[in-house]
Amino acid sequence: MDLGYLLQQLINGLILGSMYALVAIGFSMIYGIVKLINFAHGDIVMIGAFTTLALMETAGLPFPLVASCVLFTGCAMGILIERTSFRPMRGAPQVTGFIASLGVSIMIQNFGILTLSAQPRNFSFPDYMQTMLNLGPASFRVVDLVIFLTAIVLMVTLMFLVKKTKLGMAMRATAENIDVARMMGININKTIMATFAIGSGLAGIAGLMWGGKFGQIDPLMGFVPGLKSFVAAVIGGVGSIPGAILGGFILGFSEVLFVGLLPPIYSSYRDAFVFGTLIIILIILPNGLLGKDMEDRV
Amino acid sequence: MLTIKNIDVLRGKTHVLHQVDLKVGHCEIIALIGANGAGKTTTLKTISGFLRPAKGSILYSAHKDAEQMDLTAMEPEQIVAAGISQCPEGRGVFSQLSVKENLLIGAYLRSDSEIKEDIQSIYEMFPILGERLNQVAGSLSGGEQMMLALGRSLMSRPKLLILDEPSLGLAPLIIESIFDMLKKINTQGITILIVEQNAVMALELSHRAYVLETGKVALSGKSADLASNPQVQKAYLGGE
Amino acid sequence: MKINRPLYSLAIMILFLIVFAILMKNMANDYILSIVSFTGINIMLAVSLNLTNGFTGLFSLGHPAFMAIGGYITALLTFSIEKKPLFLPDLPQWMVPVHLPFFPALLVGGCCAACVALILGMSVLRLKGHYLAVATIGFLIIVQVFLNNADSITRGPLGLNGLTDFTNIYWVTGWVIVTIYICWKIKFSSLGRSMLSVREDEMAANALGVNLFYTRNFALAVGAFFAGIAGGLWGHLITAVTPNSFSLIMSFNIVVMVVVGGTGSITGSITAAIIFTLAYECFKPLEENFGIYGVGEIVMSLILILILIFRPSGMFGADEPAFVLGKYKHHNFN
Repeated sequence: MDLGYLLQQLINGLILGSMYALVAIGFSMIYGIVKLINFAHGDIVMIGAFTTLALMETAGLPFPLVASCVLFTGCAMGILIERTSFRPMRGAPQVTGFIASLGVSIMIQNFGILTLSAQPRNFSFPDYMQTMLNLGPASFRVVDLVIFLTAIVLMVTLMFLVKKTKLGMAMRATAENIDVARMMGININKTIMATFAIGSGLAGIAGLMWGGKFGQIDPLMGFVPGLKSFVAAVIGGVGSIPGAILGGFILGFSEVLFVGLLPPIYSSYRDAFVFGTLIIILIILPNGLLGKDMEDRV
Repeated sequence: MLTIKNIDVLRGKTHVLHQVDLKVGHCEIIALIGANGAGKTTTLKTISGFLRPAKGSILYSAHKDAEQMDLTAMEPEQIVAAGISQCPEGRGVFSQLSVKENLLIGAYLRSDSEIKEDIQSIYEMFPILGERLNQVAGSLSGGEQMMLALGRSLMSRPKLLILDEPSLGLAPLIIESIFDMLKKINTQGITILIVEQNAVMALELSHRAYVLETGKVALSGKSADLASNPQVQKAYLGGE
Repeated sequence: MKINRPLYSLAIMILFLIVFAILMKNMANDYILSIVSFTGINIMLAVSLNLTNGFTGLFSLGHPAFMAIGGYITALLTFSIEKKPLFLPDLPQWMVPVHLPFFPALLVGGCCAACVALILGMSVLRLKGHYLAVATIGFLIIVQVFLNNADSITRGPLGLNGLTDFTNIYWVTGWVIVTIYICWKIKFSSLGRSMLSVREDEMAANALGVNLFYTRNFALAVGAFFAGIAGGLWGHLITAVTPNSFSLIMSFNIVVMVVVGGTGSITGSITAAIIFTLAYECFKPLEENFGIYGVGEIVMSLILILILIFRPSGMFGADEPAFVLGKYKHHNFN
């Protein structure tokens, strides 16, 4: 076990963690404000990836413009999903919302299969993204650096938005007590919509990153990352944005180290590891590391 | 200012309020007293737009010469914007927001430049809030939370302030100081509608009062008269 | 209070199924017979999931995992000893000579599924609502990963194929009758009423001394048992078991059947299972002919969402329809 190998794993974990964190933030924000799991969140990642593909290859737009479009598309999808499947469910029992959300996710996935075919597509970033850089014995590509920096910038922006702006205050108040928030004159419909938009925009960008990092996308790609990001959110404590970020990085590191440090025969068990962790956390630490919500248990 | 005319309110299938009539005049303090389940909170929720009456109307005019609005056709956000602010049951402070943020949220619908001044005046009214302004509201005591909730409601510069059982769970001394503050606020021109189980203090504070029993207005009149009414004394004042 | 009516209805239903099975076997061709068998398996799945979900409000999306466990174990047990070295060269030595006829193999499969359910239940059943649901998804994925990777036992992603097609309409009908009978009896028993009360109001049930944890565990285990049997039947109908067939999509499809039929209503689950299996059979050729894969699932999810918004109690609500119940009334705990 040499230091170079470890360093490489840590860098890989950092990159994977950044992507998980971005998606987990959206999950946590949405869960915090409507107390429902958004299954379709992972599929927004997929939509982000395909939008990037379409814009870059077909329309040949420059990269920064593509990124902005993807962000916007993510927001729009989030608003659409909120309006059509979450708002009608408001007030319904928790499990009803859960199944409905699952239904939306399956609908989106199959829509993707219908229109785009289940075949994976190749994803190519501009060439300069593939240039290798070195940090001592470890190496990474420009695209990895871009992913990490973009993620940090987005996270910092988001924290600022949530802690310092009026909208952020409204979101936190609505998440805590929706009835009293209404009594303050807060328009909860708009606030919830904004939450979905922001969370989904981040997921869309994560899709762009995912495609760039792994090079291949398909309509079903969003499901497992989406679910894993939910695990990340649970680790950090659902409803807490810093928790989601922390959970995302913890999950990224753990997954990479699990594959990197154990003999190769076990590497395909990493999904079992991730979800086993989920079950354990749900049992012994249901509020996650930073969460404050009290979930009632039997 | 506020005229509730003959409203019937149902919650699910339960008929909670029956033909309730209530009037609140400008600059008055009106008390609504009654036992648990009499329908007091339901009345307040209907005024603020969270419930809709099956029958009847609620008319409101912000000041003497203003046009009357029908609150039953308005959304809760619009009702707040029209100058009605409610201090909910249990205080309802946002425990994860700081004291200062709670006050700012009270001023959510305002966009003028005097918000900072108002926060200052709340600190002058309740110095303890000024000391704790950056602490999260969840760390405050019951009495301090009540002050915060009151301050928060005042931040929207309401014309009508509604309070739902402000004395609940508070020590008598603190209740007294809160009620003294309410008297002061009223002299500054804010109309108050207060719902209370603590009938003694409510009748002492208010000019007029209504007694609600199983969803109907059983008695109404000047608070002083009601306080000496033998029925009221037996049922709510613990005397004979 | 006439207890007789529901029992009558059940007896009639069972009689009808037997007659139907005999008729089908003698009149219908193989294709129709296989559709009927699929329908029967779906009925088993829907009714057993209904027991777990509907009676206790407990949300388990792990049903396909129990199917997989039952299916694989049954397959391994019925696999002829001569074939084993060919297909599964790395099978642990103690497993090679083990061979059982179909019926005992099914039972073992079902019991194993139930045991796993008890273990799962011990760990996760204290969770509530959607946390429990997510935990069961996690369980499903863990099982899938093991099936895909424990090559020596499961042949990994290839799965086990070349299974003997033991399943025929009589087996299916028989098990459907057993499933409906047992779930029916549970629902109309005092145990069933306590389960219903858990669903309606947990605090009241607690106050009455209904032991929530054991009740839920029981519901999960019984549901898993039947799912395991259904898995075994299924495997020996299509003569193969592969990891990918027992996926979240299958979970979702069974949930749709239960919700559309009405969670808590056995009649509802049966009806919905029939409708959906037939609809699926109609969609398959459509999808293949026009190359519009995925349309079936889209329609299913759309129907589910619409039902959840406009008629969340499903076709028959939480109970059997009036003509089945007659004047029978469940006791309320109000």
